[in-house]
Amino acid sequence: MKITLEQVEYVATLGRLYLTEEEKSKYLNQLDDILKYMDTLAAVDAENVEPMASPVELFNPLRDDIVKPSLPIDEALANAPALEGPSFKVPKIIE
Amino acid sequence: MEYEAVIGLEIHAQLLTSSKAFCSCSTKFGAQPNMNTCPICQGMPGTLPVFNKRALEYTIKMALACNCSINGISRFARKNYYYPDLPKNYQISQYELPVSEHGWVIIETEQGPRKIGITRIHMEEDAGKLVHDERNPVSYVDYNRTGVPLIEIVSEPDMRTPEEASSYLKTLHSILVYLRICDGNMEEGSFRCDANVSVRPVGTVEFGTKTELKNMNSFKNVQKGLHYEINRHTEIVREGGRIIQETRLFDPTSGATVSMRSKEQAHDYRYFPDPDLLPLRVDEEWITEIKNGLPELPAEKKERFIKDFGIPPYDAGVLTASRELAEYFEEVVNYFNNPKLVSNWIMTEFMRVLKADESSVKDSLVKPAQLAELLRMIEDGKISGKIAKTVFDEMWATGFSPDKIVLEKGLLQVSDTSELESIISKILDDNPAEVKKYLDGKTQVVGFFVGQVMKASKGKANPGLVNKILSEQLSKLSA
Amino acid sequence: MSNLFNKSAHELIGLLNQKQITSVEITESVLDRIDNVESQVHAIVTLDAESAMESARRADEMLAKGESRTLTGIPIIIKDNMCFKGHRTSCGSRILENFKPPYSATVVQKIQDEGMVILGSANMDEFAMGSSTETSYWGPTRNPWRLECTPGGSSGGSAACVAACESIVSLGSDTGGSIRLPASFCGVTGFKPTYGAVSRFGLVAYASSLDQIGPFGRDVNDIALALNLICGHDPMDSTSAPVEHPDFTTFLNKSVKGMTLGAPSQFFDKIENKDVENVLVEARRVFEDLGVKFVELSLPHLDYGIAAYYIIAPCEASSNLARYDGVKYGYRAKNIDGMIDMYCKSRADGFGDETKRRIMLGTYALSSGYYDAYYLKAAKIRTLITQDFKKAFESCDAIFCPTAPAPAFRLGEKTDDPMQMYLTDVFTIPVNMAGLPGVSLPGGLSLDGLPIGFQLISSHFQESRLIQLSSAFQSHTAHHLARPAL
Repeated sequence: MKITLEQVEYVATLGRLYLTEEEKSKYLNQLDDILKYMDTLAAVDAENVEPMASPVELFNPLRDDIVKPSLPIDEALANAPALEGPSFKVPKIIE
Repeated sequence: MEYEAVIGLEIHAQLLTSSKAFCSCSTKFGAQPNMNTCPICQGMPGTLPVFNKRALEYTIKMALACNCSINGISRFARKNYYYPDLPKNYQISQYELPVSEHGWVIIETEQGPRKIGITRIHMEEDAGKLVHDERNPVSYVDYNRTGVPLIEIVSEPDMRTPEEASSYLKTLHSILVYLRICDGNMEEGSFRCDANVSVRPVGTVEFGTKTELKNMNSFKNVQKGLHYEINRHTEIVREGGRIIQETRLFDPTSGATVSMRSKEQAHDYRYFPDPDLLPLRVDEEWITEIKNGLPELPAEKKERFIKDFGIPPYDAGVLTASRELAEYFEEVVNYFNNPKLVSNWIMTEFMRVLKADESSVKDSLVKPAQLAELLRMIEDGKISGKIAKTVFDEMWATGFSPDKIVLEKGLLQVSDTSELESIISKILDDNPAEVKKYLDGKTQVVGFFVGQVMKASKGKANPGLVNKILSEQLSKLSA
Repeated sequence: MSNLFNKSAHELIGLLNQKQITSVEITESVLDRIDNVESQVHAIVTLDAESAMESARRADEMLAKGESRTLTGIPIIIKDNMCFKGHRTSCGSRILENFKPPYSATVVQKIQDEGMVILGSANMDEFAMGSSTETSYWGPTRNPWRLECTPGGSSGGSAACVAACESIVSLGSDTGGSIRLPASFCGVTGFKPTYGAVSRFGLVAYASSLDQIGPFGRDVNDIALALNLICGHDPMDSTSAPVEHPDFTTFLNKSVKGMTLGAPSQFFDKIENKDVENVLVEARRVFEDLGVKFVELSLPHLDYGIAAYYIIAPCEASSNLARYDGVKYGYRAKNIDGMIDMYCKSRADGFGDETKRRIMLGTYALSSGYYDAYYLKAAKIRTLITQDFKKAFESCDAIFCPTAPAPAFRLGEKTDDPMQMYLTDVFTIPVNMAGLPGVSLPGGLSLDGLPIGFQLISSHFQESRLIQLSSAFQSHTAHHLARPAL
């Protein structure tokens, strides 16, 4: 499949990445290269094959509903780039 | 041309587990911001989710109560979108293989009962809370709510009016609360509802373009929002316009819906199976065990109340809307077997004070046995119905027994014939003009005399006895 | 005693137990060695000499009190993607440049409980995305055998540390070959356990369904000791397997006579490098001398491994790396105008080129309209590859094949051609796709003196067979004893 510049821009937006014009054209070429290689998969008939999401052939374990101590508040906030009291501070969302 | 609306609802209900869905932090509401967080619910690097068994149990309860089939194998999927209240920037949810599907509930409408289909019920984690600063262009993020288990209940587009939608919402609300798996608090957001709305010419099968309505945080607002949106659609379509598929916010102050400039440039959630969680298995044995433990649900209870207690369907509906209220009613009837009188009292006096004090049944100081005692005093003629209301208010405020209140306040009904005879003859003596009117044939003055007797007795006179003695004495005078 | 840094863990354990040396002496020796060679190799991101010495003193107390465990007092380096409470865990990225987790990974906790001495964190490709350790924000690690070459990746720092004797053992993680490839390039033994054998809790995720932690050592004896420590069920990791692991050291020095190795034609057909071919021929001869039989195998879907991997891994990565947004921890860009601007700037500045490329690739492959053609198709291919392996293990105890198509390449050689870089993983990726255990053992040197490894693969939770075969091989060869001239 051929990837377009618009798709590169769309994907960068979805992934929340600014790209320079230079990066856009570089990624366009590289992704195109890579996707061309991926197209070899089309040769495999996998119509009736179950997809595999994990190599583990078990079922999900369940945890008992027991409350354990949360992080002490200073540790919970220690890595925050910006705080206001005990809350993380972020720029306002521009809708 | 006539148009009809097509409405589907998506309900989010927070489950009443002690710990969060994927970590062991407390789900308690109201803590200081970020007190109930850990590396897992903050989405720190390398942390992994482990699912809460009780959240699954509660989901299965709801699914069974809504006649859904349970999928023996279901899957968690990631829903990817960026928002600061979502620490991993993906939400663990279910997509292709939800835990339950294909259910239905019966709702009450003015045209009678209707069956509303439920597409699916799936599990997911709640997001955190954003508080916007009023003066500065910043927001504050609190992750206490992040990871609280939610179920999403998706209905079929089976509703045609806002009233039906509201009835459906109330039905699901009462089931959730009956099951004690959700506190149903719409203001605090533990029970939330989004709606999908479209209109189409009556008689057509195809759906019109839909819009999604958000932010309707009360039953009333759901109706208001839907009414507004249906009118908006109908007007646009009538004038030959096109509906834009979009998400709209209900504004409770104006009663209107407004377009939400899409907060993400695109809704491309890129769902895929969460590789940190394995397929979820629910075995038949457990389903049976949960099924056997289900309480009587509102609809069944209502039927039984009508049948066993002989109360009108309306009463039964009001009483069974809340499990606590229904159980309270049954207990009172247990002590005092006059279901209609009990029902009347609960629906008027009891519900009046509950509402006025924003109190709950379980916090009521008036215990079922005491209410039964009060009603028995009315039946026995010890107090009048009117006095009983005063006594009830006192019971509500103090928790004292009606016996004690009536005695201490001297509210016992006067049923002593001689005492009443002397009161009445005095009143007749004091009011010769009115007596004359009566003798002239204006019998309506009897009411005046009764009023005077009640005044003189401070309302305690037995009304039946007063009428009897009064008519005896008046007829003596006319003889 | 001199040159303790040169010894293997099992040798040092013997000396510690005989009270001939102390952990402080070992640690000092290794720290001296780091002082001498690190400026050339650049294998370490964060060296924590003080806390290492503190751990060594504590280990010596444990030893003195008779409270020691098997690996007490042995120095170890962890890959920079394993959370270590209170210590910087950067994952080779600017975006986590100053991140100090308030928790430790389960493996790190086990290492500490064992009384091992954590020297610091090893360099790696950013978010483990790479095959050369060149995508690290901290700059590339150099191959101790030839400084102008890469050590392989993504656990290049962990492999180079052991090869350069900057640590006795180390931990790496392997998503598509990230332990085995650098083990091959650096001439050390590197082991990737079965998916689910070692807890991933606290391992910064690259591709969750493929990532697995494993050890590097001077020989398979050290590997067995390390596996004994790190394998085991963890209730904090839902994908962790609730299985009992054997004592892997009981599979050392056992006869392998009568065992069968499978040689898949799809792998051998691809060998173009003469040195690699020679190493495999020679290794095969050793095994045959030990009484091992060889059978030809076919793994028909192996050829699709890379394509499927480079869809699945970036898809998972695009989601796993979404959390680096400058809100809760990590890098936040300055001069921002609104939330979306903050996201896009922080991520654009915080991530390197390869990471961005994989985020783009994965986002694309999951996006509306492409999911079926890419993610779903790749997930189906994954099933086919796994079935191929299952069938193969019906006729052999383990699979024998190359680790890498060639010896270490030069720094910068493939950085501008991502597709060429991806092809380096051709022999290692299928193992991760199926979640199998695999080991890379030193098999000799190329004509111009670079190490070349070969790979053994076994079925799920059959690590013990790999230990048995590796031990037999190393008992009869000396390739694993070769050291770079640093």
